[in-house]
This record gives sequence, C-alpha cells and structure tokens, in this order.
Amino acid sequence: MTPLDHIRNFSIIAHIDHGKSTLADRLIQTTGGLTAREMSEQVLDNMDIEKERGITIKAQTVRLDYTAKDGQTYVLNLMDTPGHVDFAYEVSRSLAACEGALLVVDASQGVEAQTLANVYQSIEHDHEIVPVINKIDLPAAEPEKVKQEIEEIIGLPADGAVLASAKSGIGIDDILEALVERIPAPKGDINAPLKAMLVDSWYDPYLGVVILVRIIDGSLKKGQQVRFMQAGTTHLIDRVGCFRPKIEILDSLGPGEIGFITAQIKEVSQTAVGDTITDAKNPTKTALPGFKEVQPVVFCGLFPVDAADFDKLKESLGKLRLNDASFSFEAENSAALGFGFRCGFLGLLHLEIIQERLSREYDLDLITTAPSVVYHLNMTHGEGSIDLHNPADMPDVTRIESIDEPWIEATIYVPDQYLGAILKLCQDRRGIQKNMTYVGGRVQLIYELPLNEVVFDFYDRLKSISRGYASFDYHQTEYKQGDLVKMTIMVNGEVVDALSMIVHRHAAEGRGRQMCQRMKDLIPRHLFKIPIQAAIGGKVIARETIGAMRKDVTAKCYGGDISRKKKLLEKQKEGKKRMRQYGSVDIPQEAFIAALRMGDDS
Amino acid sequence: MALYIHWPFCLAKCPYCDFNSHVRSGIDQAVWRDALLADMAYEARLTAGRPLGSIFFGGGTPSLMPPETVATLIEAAGRYWKMAADIEITLEANPSSVEADRFQSLALAGVNRLSLGVQALDDESLRFLGRIHNVEEALSALEVAQRAFPRVSFDLIYGRPDQSIEDWQRELKQALAFGTDHLSLYQLTIEEGTRFHSLVRQGQFTPMDGDKAADLFDLTREMTKAAGIPAYEISNHARKNSESRHNLTYWRYGDYIGIGAGAHGRRHHAVTIRHRKPENWLAAIKGQHHGIKEETPITARDQAIEALLMGLRLTEGVDLERIARRTGLDVSEFLDLAAIQYYSDQGLLTFNNGLLRITEQGVLLTDALIREISL
Ligand SMILES: Nc1nc2c(ncn2[C@@H]2O[C@H](COP(=O)(O)OP(=O)(O)OP(=O)(O)O)[C@@H](O)[C@H]2O)c(=O)[nH]1
Ligand code: SF4
Ligand SMILES: [Mg+2]
Repeated sequence: MTPLDHIRNFSIIAHIDHGKSTLADRLIQTTGGLTAREMSEQVLDNMDIEKERGITIKAQTVRLDYTAKDGQTYVLNLMDTPGHVDFAYEVSRSLAACEGALLVVDASQGVEAQTLANVYQSIEHDHEIVPVINKIDLPAAEPEKVKQEIEEIIGLPADGAVLASAKSGIGIDDILEALVERIPAPKGDINAPLKAMLVDSWYDPYLGVVILVRIIDGSLKKGQQVRFMQAGTTHLIDRVGCFRPKIEILDSLGPGEIGFITAQIKEVSQTAVGDTITDAKNPTKTALPGFKEVQPVVFCGLFPVDAADFDKLKESLGKLRLNDASFSFEAENSAALGFGFRCGFLGLLHLEIIQERLSREYDLDLITTAPSVVYHLNMTHGEGSIDLHNPADMPDVTRIESIDEPWIEATIYVPDQYLGAILKLCQDRRGIQKNMTYVGGRVQLIYELPLNEVVFDFYDRLKSISRGYASFDYHQTEYKQGDLVKMTIMVNGEVVDALSMIVHRHAAEGRGRQMCQRMKDLIPRHLFKIPIQAAIGGKVIARETIGAMRKDVTAKCYGGDISRKKKLLEKQKEGKKRMRQYGSVDIPQEAFIAALRMGDDS
Repeated sequence: MALYIHWPFCLAKCPYCDFNSHVRSGIDQAVWRDALLADMAYEARLTAGRPLGSIFFGGGTPSLMPPETVATLIEAAGRYWKMAADIEITLEANPSSVEADRFQSLALAGVNRLSLGVQALDDESLRFLGRIHNVEEALSALEVAQRAFPRVSFDLIYGRPDQSIEDWQRELKQALAFGTDHLSLYQLTIEEGTRFHSLVRQGQFTPMDGDKAADLFDLTREMTKAAGIPAYEISNHARKNSESRHNLTYWRYGDYIGIGAGAHGRRHHAVTIRHRKPENWLAAIKGQHHGIKEETPITARDQAIEALLMGLRLTEGVDLERIARRTGLDVSEFLDLAAIQYYSDQGLLTFNNGLLRITEQGVLLTDALIREISL
C-alpha cells in the first residue's frame, strides 16, 4: 500500500491525435515501466484496430514509479483516454477515478472541439489541470499562440503549461515534476469500511473478468469477501494487482490507489461500471453516485451474410458488449435480411469499429443497414407515439400524424479560410446557427443540427472540406417535428430494406439520385441488366441502370494454368459468398456502408 | 497421355508475357539435355508403358533448343512409352531467321507440328508487343515452316489498345489467307507481374475496354467460321481434325506429364509442379534426380471443378457423366442444377444427355458462367 501523499492519479486528455498515447509511451519509458525493447509505438493501444487506425478506443491505466527531484518516490497512476467524440464516456469514467489531468494540446493545431469538451468534464470533477503543449518539435508549432488559446478559449492559466514533444522526448521530466507538484494527492481513510469505485471491467482470456478499481476508503486484498452494492452480489477476491503496463500482483490496494481485482467472475455483465465495491461483512454506509448511463444515438441493423451464423453473431455481440457497455443490441427480423440485430452505437466511428471487430476477431461476414437515429412517430387515431429505430419498420404513412427527430447542438472549430464551406455544409444539413465567435485565426461555431443529417457523413465532409482542420463535438438536445419521408431503394425491382432511410422531403430527390449512382458504381455487372431505383411510397424519384456484363473469359488456359484458375475461381466464389442476393443480384457487403458514405459532390 | 517439355529460355522478355521464361546467356546445352532426360526418366518410371498421344515442346522459346536435344528427347520418350503411330509432336517457335534455319532439322528430329509466335502482322504492333522480329521475318519463317512441317499453326494477339475493328478485320483476313489448318487468336490480357501491368498502372496505356473487346471477339468467331477454321476452344481455331491434340488433352482433362522448369503435370489424380527458376530446377535434378517441387493429390471435387474449368472452354462441351464416373461424385455434388436450368433458359448454355456446353451466345461469359453454376 502506498501512503496517500505519495500517490498521484491523473488522466491524459486531449483532442483526437494530439499525442496522448505517445506521451503515455514516454512517461512509461522514462519511469522504467518498459525497457526500450519492450516498447512499441502507442504501447497502450493494444487492440489491432487501435494499432492500425492509430487511435485509442479504450482507456488504459498504468502505474508508474517516479523518483522526483525531492528525492521521494511517487506512485503515478496514468490513464490514457480516447480523443474521439464517440468515446467520450471512456474519458468521463477515467476522470472520475482521478484528481487531475494532463491536458495535451497539439502545438500546431491548438485548442480543438474535444479539447474543450474533455477539459470541461475535467473541470466538473474539480480536477487540477496541467496543460501540456505537445509536438513543439514540429516546424508548424506555435506554442505562444496555443498558450493564448488555452487562456482565451478554455480560460485556464497557461503560464504553467509544459512545452513538450512526446515524440522526441522533450519536456517529459518537467511533466513528471508538474504532476507531483501540482496534482493533489488523493484523500481517503484506511480505517473506514472499504469503498471502491468500479471504474471499468473487461474480459481477459487468461484472467477472466478483470475489474479496474479506484479505492476511496479502506483496503482490498486477496481472499476478501466483497459486495457490489448496486448489483447486490458478493464475490471472493482472488487476485489484486496493477498494470505497469505488464501485470503485477500486489498484496493489497489502499486508499487513493488504482489497480485491478479478479474474483472468478464469468461475465462482465455482472459488473456494472460505476458500482461501489465494499466489504461484505463491514460495508460502507454510502454508495458512490455511479456514472451517467451512456445512451446510444446511432442505430443500424447487423445481419449475418450466412444465416447459419446468427448464433455466432449473437454470441460475439454478447462478448463485445462485455467490454463495451456503451453499445446495445436486440434481435431483429427483416424480410430480406433474415434474422439479425438492431444495434445502438455512440456514433459512426463506434459503429464502424464494432463492425470491424466482429468481422476480424469473430470472423463474421455482416451486412450493415443504413445508420439511423430514433424517430418519434406521433400516430393518428389516438395510437399515441412510437419510437422508430429502423426505417424498414415505418408504419403506413396514413397512420402517422407527424414525425419528430432528434437534434443536437454542435460546436465546430475551423480556421477562417474554410468558414464559408463549413457554413454551407451546415446550412445544407438544415443547421441553425446559434453563435459564431472569432478566436485568433479561427472561428467557433455553435449550430443546431438534426442528428440524422450528422450520422451519415457529416464528420467526413467536415474533415475533407477543411483539409482536416475543422474539429467537431456535439451533444443531443431535443426532439423537433420535421418534414420527413421514407425513401426506399430497389435493385432489380426488389426493395433492399437495408438501404431504406428516413430523409427530409426536400433532400429526398438529391439523396435518391446519389444512392442510385453509388449503387451503380458499387454493384458489379451481372449477366443481365439491373435497374436501380429510389422511391418514396410508390413514386420513383431517381433511377439508374447497370448494363449486362459482356465479357468475362480467360483468353489463355493450358496445362500449367489449371491450378491457378481453380484458385481464382475459389477466390471469386468466396467473394460471392460475401455478397447479398436481391432479386438475383449480388450486392457486395461493402456497398451497404459505402453507399451511405457519400459525399455531397458525387 | 500427353508429354509436355518446357524450355525456359528466351532471347528477350516480352512485356505481356507471364510464362516461365528467362533470359540467360551461356546455357550449357549438354547439362540441360541430360537434366531434361533425367526428369523424363523419373516420370517414365511412374507411368511406364502407357500410350503416348502427343508431345509438346513449350516455353520460353523451344525453337532455341539445339535440334539434337529435341531429337534425343523424342527418342527417349519413344523408349519409355507406347508412342501412337500418328503421335503429334508440336514445338513452339519464334519467327526469327535464325530459328527458321533450324526448322528442317527439327522436322527431321521428329517434330511434325509447329506453332509459330507471329503475334501481329504489322511492325508497329510487333514493337509495341516487344517482339524482336518484324513482319517480313515472320512471313518468311511461316513460309519455311509450311514447307518443313505437315502441320503449322500460328498465334496472333489482338485487342491491342488502339486497335480498331477495321484494323483487326484486315489483319485477320490476311492471317486466314495463309491457309494454315490451325490458328490461336488471343485477346491481349494484362497479367500481373508483367511490364504491361506496371505500364497500365502508371497510366502509360489503357487496355481495351470490355465492350469493344467483345466486339472484336464476335468478329473473330464469325470470320474464322466463314473461312472454315472455326473456334473449337475460346481462342483456338482449327479445320476439322486439325485441333491440337496435345492441348485437347488439357481441356478434356486427361493425364499429362510435365517436365522441365516450372512444368505442371497431372498423373494418377495428383498434380506435379516443378521448380520454376531454371537454376533451382537444375539443382533439384542434381539433388533428387527430378525437378518436382510439389506433388499434391487432387480431391474428387477439385478434379470435377478443374474438369469443368477446362472442358467448358471447348465448343464440344463437357461430358458430365464422364466427370462423374472419373471422380465418383454425383453431378449435383459439384454443379448447381437450378442455375444450369436458369442459364440454359437464357440461352447461354445447353445441357442435353449429360453433355454440358456453353453456347455461342454465352462463350464470352464462360468464366462468369462457371462461377454461377459450379458449387
Ligand atoms: N511530431 C510529433 N508528432 C507527435 C508527437 N506526439 C505524437 N505525435 C504523433 O501524433 C500522432 C497521434 O499520436 P497519438 O499519441 O496516437 O495521439 P492520441 O492523442 O493518443 O490519439 P487518440 O487516442 O486517437 O485520440 C501520431 O502519429 C504520433 O506519432 C510529438 O510530440 N511530435
Ligand atoms: S518469346 Fe514467348 S515465352 Fe518468351 S518472353 Fe516472349 S512471349 Fe514469353
Ligand atoms: Mg491515443
């Protein structure tokens, strides 16, 4: 157990890509958590997807030992957090377990939308915030300007900001010193009954369910009988430890400490994040307030390409949910797609990542239907109001009095040379401008936008028209009535219900045309002609035709080519299996998500 | 049974070529002859006494082989197997004057069919195709060949990037006028790993689009048919009874021995693949007395699929009963009979009395059709 005044708990927060994970690397390396040989880039990003995309999805905790200039050795608990808006809840949990935060700001980019969103969360927790201006090695670094932004936009004093380069190792010692000096030590009472926060939990194939805890009062050790207050269950602790980032088994954890426990728990669903863990015999009187529940905002259907994979999909979704309570799923049945699940996500990136993990880690071929938000349908004849999660389920229009859709308030930061294009984008998406403020060479825009205009490709568009410089954050506000219609797409005369979508009446024709063109490009030629149509009710509003394939034959094939030809055939058939049949047309799986990812320019 | 002998050397590498061909200087002819003999002897031990219907010298450029080596190999084959009286012995040749000078001795060695790589009938196209001969040389080589060998075929590559319908019509008309009893007419295909592949990727030229290539193909079928030398396979045309017997063995999925660098063979339900690189193949011969790199049994299903892939290329179609007998499978185990019904209703194939055939209307879609109907 570490004495309270020798503990510092902090999160690293920042806008996406400002260098949190790289900074974590340097802190781990400098304090000797890993040797140079064991080190890899963004070592805490250990999922394949994190490594490949270079982003953090899951918050990670590491314990570091640091001998400060005062000669004392401190235990630093570092929590690296994701920067992307979809994973903001990971940040909020981590923040709840800490007394302070390192606020990383990219010296060449300055304060961005998630910098603000995360810093405000941190302030809500009464945290001590240490600003770090990172990437000062870049030629485009403007630390002075960024300091000014920190003061003006965030309202934090920036004279104490540490100038650093996580990449080249500049300023790391200053950061460590600042952590010790400025972040308050945790408080807690070793003699009080055990009170610990269940910060996170996940399934580990070797250890079973691993629970990340922050001890508030009392202590936790192996063999102790504990009670999860919210869940009302009792467990026997069989392991106590911490990550360095390698696993280290400890005798016990005391007040202020962060570490993990295992207790022979089989399923993560038995561990509610935010729950209070206490001693079974000597329980605490007051439970912790718990966390705000995260609400999925984007929904889509996931269907196995091969109907026989339904059970496997169900099991895999269950497993994924174990480590990610933020997404939801329930069984769904579609006329064309068969049995599958309607899943809720925190955003499009979250959707994409879950889909990718399913196909990669669980080897499932999936069809993803058009992302949709939850609409409130106000029905006629006193049928009341119903929630519509899936456009395919839309009742007959005569039964609908009106439709309400969710709106968000978006904060956008953009260098002023791109302002015009961004304003146009927001306007095209039915946005209502609430505020516009100039800060330095940049503009902060506050817009109200319908969420359904955002879930498709708003973020991609925003990034592409601002060359990556615009940043974006949002939260949901209220439901408002909208002039919305259901648009269906027909391929070879058959409705592809996975592509049905609810759109604003004025946007329907344009979107229908785009969808038809997209599908035309995405569906390979077949042995016959394929008409593609977009329709509202019975009325066709756009159409395209894919001509029949004329030539598909190998010119030369002799003795030596047989094996090669057979391999090619098998590969093509494998590819065909990944497609979905509609009116005898094979639609590649990628087409479903790609069709929705359309730019306004197409 | 058929015997294929691969000669892996060429004077220069053509930019469209993905065959196992290499440019080497200082080839030790005695070593190569003995190595090929050893490779043949190995196969002979496994198939001794079987009747041999054809031999094919392919490459590379086997017309660069010393005629004595050709003679020795043919002689050896005659000792190992029961050669048919009318055995077909083909050799692939490039139409340079040097090679034409050897035609007579090759004929004496026993070669009775020559397949000449003419490829185009205008100099500009020959340059584009990276060929080292010109039209004049090609035509005189063709003339020498027609005098030296009882049977002569030649190859043309069409569907070249800017070739118009009229260009090809003129060229093909000229080709037909030579009166050979066999013609191989290939559409230019950009194969991975070739120089053309990188040129196309770099945007230096654009291959002909599928619709135009289809028009050229249709024209080719019409013109050859009218000239009495119709297609009997996708790219091969012959007068009656002048088909390449050797290649028919492949397409009818018969057994064939393949010796020499990179040669494939199929014997006793197994595929044999020899070392591709000439040096590696030679080393294998030295070490193990044969050039085999892999020998893998083929499952019944794979045999059925391979038999389809090959057989459906033929105008005559495939005898499904024969495949079923040979593999012990029921037809419904490797074919989607409903799909066959569907596509025969569309007029793209016919299925009568166990004979499955792709129609004239479907032939350009052969690969797609096989994909659709095979399981
Ligand atoms: N030049 C320079 N590049 C840096 C520095 N720190 C990080 N980077 C680079 O910035 C990119 C993003 O770094 P990460 O550490 O993954 O950023 P992050 O904040 O963890 O990103 P998310 O977890 O996705 O929000 C990587 O390409 C890093 O190599 C720095 O000090 N200098
Ligand atoms: S001559 Fe024939 S084998 Fe040799 S490189 Fe040219 S095309 Fe290929
Ligand atoms: Mg990160």
